Order: sequence, then C-alpha cells, then structure tokens
Amino acid sequence: MMTNFLVLDRRTRTMMVILGCLVLFSGIFLGAWLYGEQGQVTNLPLRKLPPGWDRPFGTDWLGRDMFARTLKGLRISLEIGLAAATCSAGIALAFGLAAATMGRIVDVVVTWLCDVGMATPHLVLLILISFACGGGAKGVIIAVAASHWPALTRVIRAEVMQLRTSDYIKLSRRLGRSSTWIARHHLLPHVAPQFLVGLLLLFPHAILHAAGLTFLGFGMSPHTPEIGTLLAESMRHLSTGMWWLALAPGLALIISVMAFDVLGNNVRALLDPKTLRE
Amino acid sequence: MLPQLTKFLFAKTIRLVLLVAAVATLSFVLASHSPIDPVDAYVGAAIMKVSPEQRQMIIARWGLDRPPLERFGRWAAQLARGDFGVSTIFNEPVTAVIAKRFVTSLWLMALAWSFSGLLGFALGLIAGAREDSLADRLIRIYAYTMAATPTFWVGMILLMVFSVYLGWTPVCCAWPLGLSAEQATLWQRLHHLLLPAVTLSLIGIAQITLHTREKTIEALRSDYAVFARAQGESTYGICRRALRNVALPAVTLQFASLGELFGGAVLAEQVFAYPGLGRTTVEAGIRGDIPLLLGIVLFSTIFVFTGNFLADLIYHLVDPRLRKTAGDFS
Repeated sequence: MMTNFLVLDRRTRTMMVILGCLVLFSGIFLGAWLYGEQGQVTNLPLRKLPPGWDRPFGTDWLGRDMFARTLKGLRISLEIGLAAATCSAGIALAFGLAAATMGRIVDVVVTWLCDVGMATPHLVLLILISFACGGGAKGVIIAVAASHWPALTRVIRAEVMQLRTSDYIKLSRRLGRSSTWIARHHLLPHVAPQFLVGLLLLFPHAILHAAGLTFLGFGMSPHTPEIGTLLAESMRHLSTGMWWLALAPGLALIISVMAFDVLGNNVRALLDPKTLRE
Repeated sequence: MLPQLTKFLFAKTIRLVLLVAAVATLSFVLASHSPIDPVDAYVGAAIMKVSPEQRQMIIARWGLDRPPLERFGRWAAQLARGDFGVSTIFNEPVTAVIAKRFVTSLWLMALAWSFSGLLGFALGLIAGAREDSLADRLIRIYAYTMAATPTFWVGMILLMVFSVYLGWTPVCCAWPLGLSAEQATLWQRLHHLLLPAVTLSLIGIAQITLHTREKTIEALRSDYAVFARAQGESTYGICRRALRNVALPAVTLQFASLGELFGGAVLAEQVFAYPGLGRTTVEAGIRGDIPLLLGIVLFSTIFVFTGNFLADLIYHLVDPRLRKTAGDFS
C-alpha cells in the first residue's frame, strides 16, 4: 500500500489529501448535528469522569459529555471562521480589484486603508471591534472579518497590477476590447485561483483569532460552547486536576486548523500549473 | 548619507503622525458606537445600588452627555497635548496605567522575543542546511503545528504540567503575592516570567524558523554557494559565509513581528494572570473603559510602527546594496 501510494502522481495525491480534509470537515458537521445536543445534557452521577472507552473525552463538572461538547464547539468555531473569512476575502477582492483598476486616487486610498488596518496588533483591533459591536457571535464575526482583509487585498492588488502590464492584456486593449470585457475575460479567471487559495488560507487565522477572542471573554455566552469558551471554562478547573477538559478540545482545534492549512496548500499546488504534474 | 537619513526619518515621522491620526479617529468612532453602556459596564454588579442621580453625576463627569463630535474634539485636543484622559476603572491617568503595565509586559515580551528569535534562527538554519533530512522534517512538522496552535492553549498545557502537577513554577502573577514589583527579587521575577515567556517563544519560533529555512535553502542554491562547493568548501563553510545574507531578513522579520508578539502577550498574560498591558487591554474591553482602551490601541499602534521602522532602518544601514542607492530611502 505504501509503495503504491508513493507511485501515485502529485495530482492524485493532492486530490486524496483534499478529499480527506473535506471528509474530516463533513464529519465534524455531521457529528455535531447527530451527537452534539448530547453535550447539553447534564448527568450528575457521571461527573468528572476521565476519558475512557465510553466517553473518549471524559465528562465535565456537570457530567456533560466532553466529546459532544467539543464537536458542537468545533462546528461553531468552523462556522464563525467560514463566515468571517468569506466576508474578509470578499472585501479583499473588491478592494484589490478597485485599487488596481479604478485609477490612482482609489489606489492610494486602498493602500492607505491597508496600512491603517495592519497598523494595530490584530488582537487589540479584534477586542476594539468586538467591543464596538457589543460582543456576541455577531461581534466576533464582524471583528474577524473586518481585520483580516489587508494582507489578501495586497496580494490581489499586486497580481492585477502585474497582469495589467502584461502583453496579452495590452494586445487585447489595442484590439479595442473594453475595460469590463478585459476584466471579465482576462483578469477574473486569472485572479480566481489566487483568491480561492487566499480564502482557504484565511480560515486558519480566522478560526484561531475567533477562538482567542472568545477565550478572552469577548463574544459567546456560556450557552453556545464555542471552542474558545470551552477552553476558558476549563481554565477554572485546571487546578482540580481535570486535565482532559483542556487537552482534547485544544487538540481537536489544532487538527481542524491544520487540516485547513493543508487543504489550502494542496489546492494551491493543484491550481498552479508549475506544480500540477510533478 | 546623513541628509538622506534625515529625509528618511522625516518621512517616517510624517507617516506615523498620519497613521496615529487615522487610527485615533477610526477607533474613537468605533468605541463611541458601542451598544455597551460605559456606566453600566463601570458599575458592573452594583448596578442596582446606583441611583439615577449618581448615574447622572458619572455621566456628567465623563462628559458623556455631550454630542459625540464635541467629545471627539476635546479628546483629540487632549491627545495632541499628549494627554490620553483618565482611565475609569483604575482612576488614574491612562498614560500612567499604560507606562506601569507596559514595563511589566516588556520583561515578558523582551525575553520571549529574543529567545524565539535566537532559537528560531538556529532551527531554521539547521533545517535549511540539511534539507529533507530527519532534523529538517521534525523541525518543519513542529513549525507547522505551532502555526496552527492557539497561544493560550499552549499556556494552559504548560500551566497544568509545570505549575499544577510538578509545582515547579508559580500559578499566577508577575511576583509573589503580597509583595510589590519593587520588593520582588530578580530571581522571583524570572521565576514568574518563565512559563509565559516559554509559551510565547514556543509559538513565536514557528514563523522565523520557516522563513530562515527558506532563505538558507535559497542561499545554498545560489551561484556563489555552488561555486564555493565546486572549490571544495564544506556545507558548514558555505553556511558560515551565507550567514550574513540569511541573518538580515531574519532580523527584520523579527522586528516586524512585534504586532504578533503583542497579540500573543495578551493571550499569555490572560492565562497566567500576569499583570501586564495585555491583561489590562482585556479588562478595559470587558469593563468598558473607553479612554484606556483607546489609549492602548494608539500605544500598540506606535509599538508596531516602531518595530517596522527599526526593521527598515536596519535594512538600510546594514545592506550595502541599499546603502549605495541610498537615494531612495522610502
């Protein structure tokens, strides 16, 4: 099997990795849907049980099953990450295209906005925006969406700028094509893969920052057990020796974040003609 | 050389002033649109004990009964004089609170910053010099894992193992309970600092390691390295010569990563109950201390700007290629 796996070409291997990541994510969503409600059931006789065969992640101080809570929390984390990263990438696409195509003044303004957006440490900006939105899930999503666009905007702007001076675009313009025609038929198809990869690679940041923000106590109420909230709760029980409350949810979060990272890098390899058929 | 440096400094100062003005305006607008009532957040649990008259008094004292534009004008005028207002939760000038807390944070950040820089650079060099070896793979796995790991979780695990189980390190604070910062000995400070600093370093190493690895591989594939190898130079010798080319981007990267360091410090300080600026940021946000929160936003902006500025400056001063064409300091 192992030798067989190595013989497969890059494309097939990449496809398999992408498939594996997608299976993992749908597993989380499906599991949370089927099993997640269990995490709200308090079962006092089964309090503070360490992990075992029945309960892989143990139970908390109210007898709630940690595996179910983790699944549910992971789903909420992923949803927040998805929503925030998609908004952020949308803003980045709009700004990046506008900066590169709508003239000098727009370009200066967008570049300046990027500078301002990157001037303050992410976490401080997140706290400020979340405070401005009055907390809650909405606050977390808006905060993450509003703070992650500058880097991708720069990438898209640079890409479009470079394209605009390329020979085939110049030729197309000489042939009398309008700006919108060029944008639709030449620029967009070229930027789309960059955008997709940028979007996928935004997820890990978005998820981690959302978890950090909720861990600090901004956002989620204790009734929506986002992973950050779960970990913040488990902080209070560290000194009583309930190590499993912190260990398993954290590991689950790391694995999901890494899966997004792997997914993004493999999609990039797949879309890049240079690495497509190595 | 000198006039160009003055020009460079002048341009940077203008940039900083514009940047601070923009960040100040934006953050004031954001903070004043918060649905969280600052008076409610300030009184907190004692909300039932506060009479409407007392509430009016607090509002009048903080100037919250004025229209937002007038408040902004007054705040901006204060800022221009270097006065950030008075923190509502500490009842002290914001500058004093930030100064005191930042000194405590600086211990943590400086230790973590230098440690992660040195170790990350060394690991990156090893990984890059022996590409695809076992060491390289292990280092890469470590760096990618750490890039996906939340800072606060690493802190919690370390706290659990070393403070709760083994009891080697204290569970909280920056100095022993009951003492003030001045009374604590250097050894006590370091003892309390150890775990938070290790937490920050473990995470901070990832980026610098991966970056240095890339640069080392690039340097070893360059023409001068191939030529040196053809003349019989060993990998060690080539690495020694390539060190300068690899070190410069690493140093600038490390300076440019002060924003991440600050964010990490916020999380690490929260886990270890370390009374630094990061923890103060969280308190200001949760308890609705707008003057303090705005002050910290501006302060952290200047902090990050200083890091980027130093990175630029070092680049221009050290790199001989840029020194020759120093006309375009930008």
